[in-house]
Amino acid sequence: MRAHFTASRLTVVAMFLCLMLASIWLAPQALAANPDGEIGQAVGTVDADTWRQVKDGGNSIDSRHDSNYSLINQSGETWRQIRNRWISPGGLIALGGMLAVLVIFYLLVGRNNLDHPRSGKLMLRWTALERAMHWTLATLFLTLAITGINLLWGKFVFRNVFGDVFWANMIMATKVIHNYVGPLFSIMLILVLAKWLKLNLPRKHDLDWFRQGGGMMKGKHPDAGFANGGEKAWYWILATVGLVVIASGLVLDFPIFGQTRDNMQWANVFHGIASLMLIAVSFGHIYIGTAGTEGAFEGMKTGYVDETWAKQHHNLWYDEVKQAEAADPAADPATAPDDSLARQQRPN
Amino acid sequence: MAQMKFLCDAERCIECNGCVTACKNANETEWGVQRRRVVTLDDGKPSEVSISVACMHCDDAPCMAVCPTDCFYKTDDGIVLHDKDICIGCGYCLYACPFGAPQFPQQGAFGERGKMDKCTFCAGGPAESPEEEFEKYGANRISEGKLPLCAEMCSTKALLAGDAETVSDIFRQRVVYRGHEDGAWSPVDKASHPETSANLTTSSVQQADHLAYDAARKG
Repeated sequence: MRAHFTASRLTVVAMFLCLMLASIWLAPQALAANPDGEIGQAVGTVDADTWRQVKDGGNSIDSRHDSNYSLINQSGETWRQIRNRWISPGGLIALGGMLAVLVIFYLLVGRNNLDHPRSGKLMLRWTALERAMHWTLATLFLTLAITGINLLWGKFVFRNVFGDVFWANMIMATKVIHNYVGPLFSIMLILVLAKWLKLNLPRKHDLDWFRQGGGMMKGKHPDAGFANGGEKAWYWILATVGLVVIASGLVLDFPIFGQTRDNMQWANVFHGIASLMLIAVSFGHIYIGTAGTEGAFEGMKTGYVDETWAKQHHNLWYDEVKQAEAADPAADPATAPDDSLARQQRPN
Repeated sequence: MAQMKFLCDAERCIECNGCVTACKNANETEWGVQRRRVVTLDDGKPSEVSISVACMHCDDAPCMAVCPTDCFYKTDDGIVLHDKDICIGCGYCLYACPFGAPQFPQQGAFGERGKMDKCTFCAGGPAESPEEEFEKYGANRISEGKLPLCAEMCSTKALLAGDAETVSDIFRQRVVYRGHEDGAWSPVDKASHPETSANLTTSSVQQADHLAYDAARKG
């Protein structure tokens, strides 16, 4: 039994060897007999299919260390066209248009003045912490806006005006500032959004506020709580578009997490559109908070607003504070020397 | 004026990476920067083909169009060069470049890019002295009347460099010799070459460039 098994195994091995020898002998014979087979093996085929694959990427390797590049960067030209043909001129139109609209509005309608004389009694609107947060965020925002605008359009102006050496230093500083301030702005914006979330939750009267155009045309003043419809809109623009700016900015800022060229192209497109939108809307915010409304700027400067102002612009908030005061006379602003006590009249 | 161009004949490139080495040696580029790369399509398949790629010195260069500092310029010979003193390492040229030519040595913290480096067609760049020029941009062989070293060293003369007209004349001659009928955009028509089309069955063989093979055999 055992001998039989060994014999059959030997037979299999012998047959296998014969086959191997035969294939070694036959292989060149087969190629020699079929030169087309050899050609098919020897010569590359660059045809329409190959170029289609190049377009899609994925069928190539290259000799650079750790390279993930395809032969042709297909989306590069698309990115260039989007940036140079749409974002760059579009941003100029958005910013210029916004400025023009504000100037025309100011000239035609003018400042939104107080309807009644000031009462002389003050109400706490923004605590010291909130004002510090606001102005920190504002400073970071303006720094990023100015450096960002220089990165987009600076080359059309400053190189010609100041020459190569000045331009080289200026644009290098611009990039470094933009890249380092960006993450600080990200942190600050998220803190501010968290701090003011409760104040900016939408209410039903906000709809009426928008329907009446926020009383901008000096008509009657629509109902508004601590934050009116416009302030809430600015908050939610920052909470959406602002977060897009942050996310895309961080993708561009730290190119060491394996993000590809394509990722960064898209991040750049989103970053450009979103940040130019924010800058345009911020012009409106700055106008309304300074030249556009009597008594608005002092709120963010000193923290306190006049009761007349509060009644006119934020009547629901005013009523709420007055009711709270009636219920608890200890929280009277006259007896509230610092923010922590006065905060009690702020329903947030 | 000359219009300097590279052309890589993919039928001839054997992926030896001699051009990559020659470039690195001629220009002594920074650690991690390799101005030329050899791209291989369909690696390991019968249709494998290789092509050497670096800056192609575009007529309408996307890098120039998107650069926020305007550091690029074009020489009278059509060579695209850039001024490293003005470059801020933003990476926009890399996003836009079709050929992956710009590279950035990592010098700063947080992965901040250094000054961009790319193929100069061995034409150096703006600098006060030849030493500074070599330090920043590598060799200036053009000023010595020589062509880029990558093309000079190419063992199969797949990579050609020079005036666009001369380079395309050489390539056109090769294409004609190989029997392409439309400037190498389609495979050779097998029906017109009965001596090699006798036993063609599979599509990969159908698409093979027989005459290129013949030409290589004939030398």
